[in-house]
Amino acid sequence: MSGTTVFGLCAAAAVGLGLYGLITNPQPLRKIIAFNLLGSGVFLLFGVVGRRGAAAGLGNDPVPQALVITGVVVAFSATALAIALLLRLFKTAGSTTLSGAPMRADLDPSGD
Amino acid sequence: MLPPVTVPDAATTPGGFLLVLSIAVPVAGVLLAFVLGGRWVRSVAFTIIPIVLAIVAATVMVLPQSKGPLVYLLGAWTLPLGVALRADGLSAVMLATTAVVISAVSVFAVADFRPTAAAPRAPFAFWILLLAIWGALNTIFVGGDLFTLYVALELLTFAAVPLVSLDGRPETLQAALRYLLFALLGSVVYLLGTALLYGRYGTLDIALLSRRVSAEPGALIAAALMTTGLLAKTALFPLHLWLPPAHAGAPAAASAILSGLVVKGSFFILLRLWFDVMPALPGFAASQLLAALGAAAILIGSVVALRQERLKLLIAYSTLAQIGYLFLIFPLALSASGQLDHGQALAGGLLQAISHATAKASMFLAVGSIYGALGHDRIIGLGGVARALPLSVLAFALGGIALMGVQPSGASLAKDLLLEQATSTGQWWWVIVLQAGGIFTAAYVVLVLAHSLTPSDQPIALTGHAPRSRDLAALSLAFCSLSLGLVPWEHYLPVPLGMALKPFGLDALFKFLLPAMGGTALAILFGPWPHTLAHSAMWKSLMRGFGPLRRICLDFGGLVETGDDGLRQWPAAGIALLVVTLLLAASMFTAH
Repeated sequence: MSGTTVFGLCAAAAVGLGLYGLITNPQPLRKIIAFNLLGSGVFLLFGVVGRRGAAAGLGNDPVPQALVITGVVVAFSATALAIALLLRLFKTAGSTTLSGAPMRADLDPSGD
Repeated sequence: MLPPVTVPDAATTPGGFLLVLSIAVPVAGVLLAFVLGGRWVRSVAFTIIPIVLAIVAATVMVLPQSKGPLVYLLGAWTLPLGVALRADGLSAVMLATTAVVISAVSVFAVADFRPTAAAPRAPFAFWILLLAIWGALNTIFVGGDLFTLYVALELLTFAAVPLVSLDGRPETLQAALRYLLFALLGSVVYLLGTALLYGRYGTLDIALLSRRVSAEPGALIAAALMTTGLLAKTALFPLHLWLPPAHAGAPAAASAILSGLVVKGSFFILLRLWFDVMPALPGFAASQLLAALGAAAILIGSVVALRQERLKLLIAYSTLAQIGYLFLIFPLALSASGQLDHGQALAGGLLQAISHATAKASMFLAVGSIYGALGHDRIIGLGGVARALPLSVLAFALGGIALMGVQPSGASLAKDLLLEQATSTGQWWWVIVLQAGGIFTAAYVVLVLAHSLTPSDQPIALTGHAPRSRDLAALSLAFCSLSLGLVPWEHYLPVPLGMALKPFGLDALFKFLLPAMGGTALAILFGPWPHTLAHSAMWKSLMRGFGPLRRICLDFGGLVETGDDGLRQWPAAGIALLVVTLLLAASMFTAH
């Protein structure tokens, strides 16, 4: 088994675990962490791709590295935004559930 | 082995610099607003908006003179390594629509989001996010490679999510968080697809990829993943858990942007993916599957919309139905050889998208005025509102009529194009769905108008006074949607010349009467709310005949609503996402 295969399988495992966590965990914070795990799996896959696509004497294909760096920045900002929203929600509502409160009654600010 | 690199459009074309400006100027506005602070934010926005309008107008004028698409190579790096911006007819149409809707919404929002000392945060956030959304959308429309589109899509989400929770109430914060988390799931699935495509073909540029892609397992799986990710962001049924609370909870001006423009961003990327990157890959089964989901969205979105107690939720659910309508174009665009054609169906789909963008934005703005004046938007409490706020109700009605597909609206031209395509390809079942979509749209317009046009016994207490400019903004968008069928499209979209509209005549009358009558019938059958007419003798005699049918329809509606509540739970939506991915992949594999 070559190095790229091992890393590829690791990427697949991280993606699978992340997907499972994102779908099944009811807690928003755990969902955010699962999203990061899922994202790491995808970035690892980009790394594998760069290694495999290495051609013309380069040790590694530089384009996927550039893509991963951009992707990390995007995932970081997404996490920051999600955490900020979560903290705001906790401050105003006192809890952080995503479901439960009936949407129709709650959205009516007139309160009846 | 990769095929030899043939570089298409290897140079920047004259006018290509406009594409950079269309992205850079809104972003510069965002930065400038941050530097100058809250007091100046509105002035900055109103300086930037005319400039970008002029840039977009120039792009639209220059494009027909250039032989092909406008191209700009960033940093003059040539293609396999560099990044290209491209604008074709589709981009130009979307750029122009976005500019029109954002300008109208900003006129509407002038009074709502005035920077004041009491609540400085919401206006500051609104104007900055408005410019950020504009920059992100323009990037989506002119982006030339799949990774640029990914980044633009994320920027769009990051700008759209805070708009939902501008007022900071816990319910809207919850809606925003749901939206963000599900959108992130969608975009990471899309990114996984791009990683697979890059690994196989060594490029993400749309023009280069379209020459290299072939029907291999890697490409098919990537296509299924990217499509599903975009469906989650577009909120196609059954991946719509985030849309109704987010669109209904936001302030009116924000809802107009979210419903009119933001969902079109991911839809546009889907069009690029299916029509430009891999026209030969999806095949018959996958395109039928997408359209079937669209048909389910039309049925369920419309039935649930008719059962809503609140006007904003009704419009949010109808957005769900109209998103479904857009997905009907995929099987209709499939040629005999199994390729997706840049033909009439694509033109019809894009026309429907921009008609919906303008009409739905005007409807949300009109409802915003009604909400602001009444202090509530309960549908049964709307009696007498047509007398108190005639212009707002007129804007709502005109927007609704434009969406129903009455001549000479853009939706009518779109429907003609799609119906003709469905007949010529022999797919009669989509003819039924296309007609049903128009009738269901008419149903909720009729329902709302029936309530707002009834006179009320006691005078309506208006809690606020809306400036005239707000109604004018909503009205101008509605008129825009209503006259889209008269625009000469042939420079930008593949609309055949023979599609000239005949606004008067039997045909036009039929096109008005069919949805209007059908819509009235559906509104009576599916609308559970009591109407003052229900006490009249005519109603009672009508109900003697149709009572049992109405009861069956109401029961069916209740069932659909329960099912929709179930599907909007996280685990159900997550599993639906996986199932849609698997079905798409399976249907693409069977095609090859």
